[in-house]
Amino acid sequence: MRLFWNITLGGVSEGLIFASVALGLVLIFRATNIINFAQGAMAMLTTFIAFSVLGKGVGYWPAFVVALACGLVLGGVVQLVLIRPVQNKPPLNAVIVTFGLLILLEGLAGAIWGNSNRGFPAAFSQSGLVVGHTSIAFSHFDVFIVVAVLALVVLVALLFRFTTLGLRMRAAAFAPEAARLLGVRVSWLLTLGWSFAAVAGALAGLLVAPTSVFSPTFMDLILVYAFTAAVIGGLDSPLGAVIGGLVTGLALAYVGGYLGGALEPIGALVMLIVVLMIRPEGLFARPTARRV
Amino acid sequence: MLEISELSVSFGAVSALKGVSLEARQGSITAVLGANGAGKTTLLRAISGLVKAQSGSVRFSDRELVGLPVERIVRAGVSHVPEGGSVIAEMTVAENLQLGAVWRYGRRDRLRRIAEIYEIFPALATRAKQHASTLSGGERQMLAIGRALVSRPSLLLLDEPSLGLAPLVTAGLMAVLADLSKGGDITTLLVEQNARSALSIASWAVVLNLGSVVVSDTAAAIADDADLRHHFLGF
Repeated sequence: MRLFWNITLGGVSEGLIFASVALGLVLIFRATNIINFAQGAMAMLTTFIAFSVLGKGVGYWPAFVVALACGLVLGGVVQLVLIRPVQNKPPLNAVIVTFGLLILLEGLAGAIWGNSNRGFPAAFSQSGLVVGHTSIAFSHFDVFIVVAVLALVVLVALLFRFTTLGLRMRAAAFAPEAARLLGVRVSWLLTLGWSFAAVAGALAGLLVAPTSVFSPTFMDLILVYAFTAAVIGGLDSPLGAVIGGLVTGLALAYVGGYLGGALEPIGALVMLIVVLMIRPEGLFARPTARRV
Repeated sequence: MLEISELSVSFGAVSALKGVSLEARQGSITAVLGANGAGKTTLLRAISGLVKAQSGSVRFSDRELVGLPVERIVRAGVSHVPEGGSVIAEMTVAENLQLGAVWRYGRRDRLRRIAEIYEIFPALATRAKQHASTLSGGERQMLAIGRALVSRPSLLLLDEPSLGLAPLVTAGLMAVLADLSKGGDITTLLVEQNARSALSIASWAVVLNLGSVVVSDTAAAIADDADLRHHFLGF
């Protein structure tokens, strides 16, 4: 039983990390109908920037803030320079562009920082908390993961629900032409949407790096899991991304814990196939008959 | 005052508008009539900037609109209600109305202005918190028009507001439009296939055919011209 609870706790913190990457994918997909395959690589880049800032000896939190700020800028620049030209072209163009960006960024990071595996520090202790007299597989850093991702989710929810910026962003995503006719600067909001998504990614990078080997490809597998999470959630529902992330995290934790860690990627692919076969629109997608 | 001169729009080899010129007087309702494919919708889309005009000019309140992006044209006081209204189905009625006012008003003025819209369309007030997807066709059209009015436009472009509505609902809508223009602040271009109801509230009318103006005159004169009615307006 203890094994089960430990696996579950690990699954929750993993799942929330997937959720934050999936949230970035969803923010971009629902605004621009593009799957950003470079979402992980962009997060990798901002995490490496944080790594360099840490190397200057300024401490963890300044590096943390720098990474998020770089995400904000990087997301906007990518949208303006690479995505805007292919926005109204066939969807395959955007797929190729984001794939190309993935390869470019990983090559770039390899050229600057090298391809060796490194370690990235965690914000808090990674040794298990002690409950009663036993140590559980949930550390201070896992608590931080939960708090940080939930804070991100709450901020996104508040933004969309209660601010006029969120109202305009939703309008730009749901009905771009109607939004323009109401004075919404749609193209600017799409840029901003990419920026926010990249910030979510940057956060995920900082949360993943301490728990895995840290190299230019360290987000690749996370992106696959996050994509699975986003598909389970329905690709255009932020709430779905979070729940999909938790489902994916828990399922993979059980697969890894009971069947062996090497099976986790296969487990994700099986989940992806099953969801696409049974409910291809995902669990939380908006009804498709919506453009009125 | 809206002055359109020699406005031409083409889509590839197809020209949708061939040098259209017309004027709409300040505070009046001008009906734009004609069969399917006459260019009525393209005319409105060219005014609001959704399609690029190849040549010609659209001047509104002494400002050239051709070449401005849609968002700037909106800020010049032009509100365009496209065919079907394009209310945003996954937002509530209140959110749709907020969206129409966001570029212009701060929170307090926005809420005051939305309350005024609820007075014009009381049916919307009772549905404020519902998703627009739950509205009937007539309510959707009211929401679309209310959303366009929320920013106090001086030029209102309406594309087939009566489309798909029951005759009684259409009559109610036309009465509201006639009321709105009584204030004299809003110049309205009303595109309609339902020529009879459009002419009942318009003071001026323009008939388009295959992208050109056939005739423009007072609404009464056009309603009285039996030949014209049979040929172009179908009643």
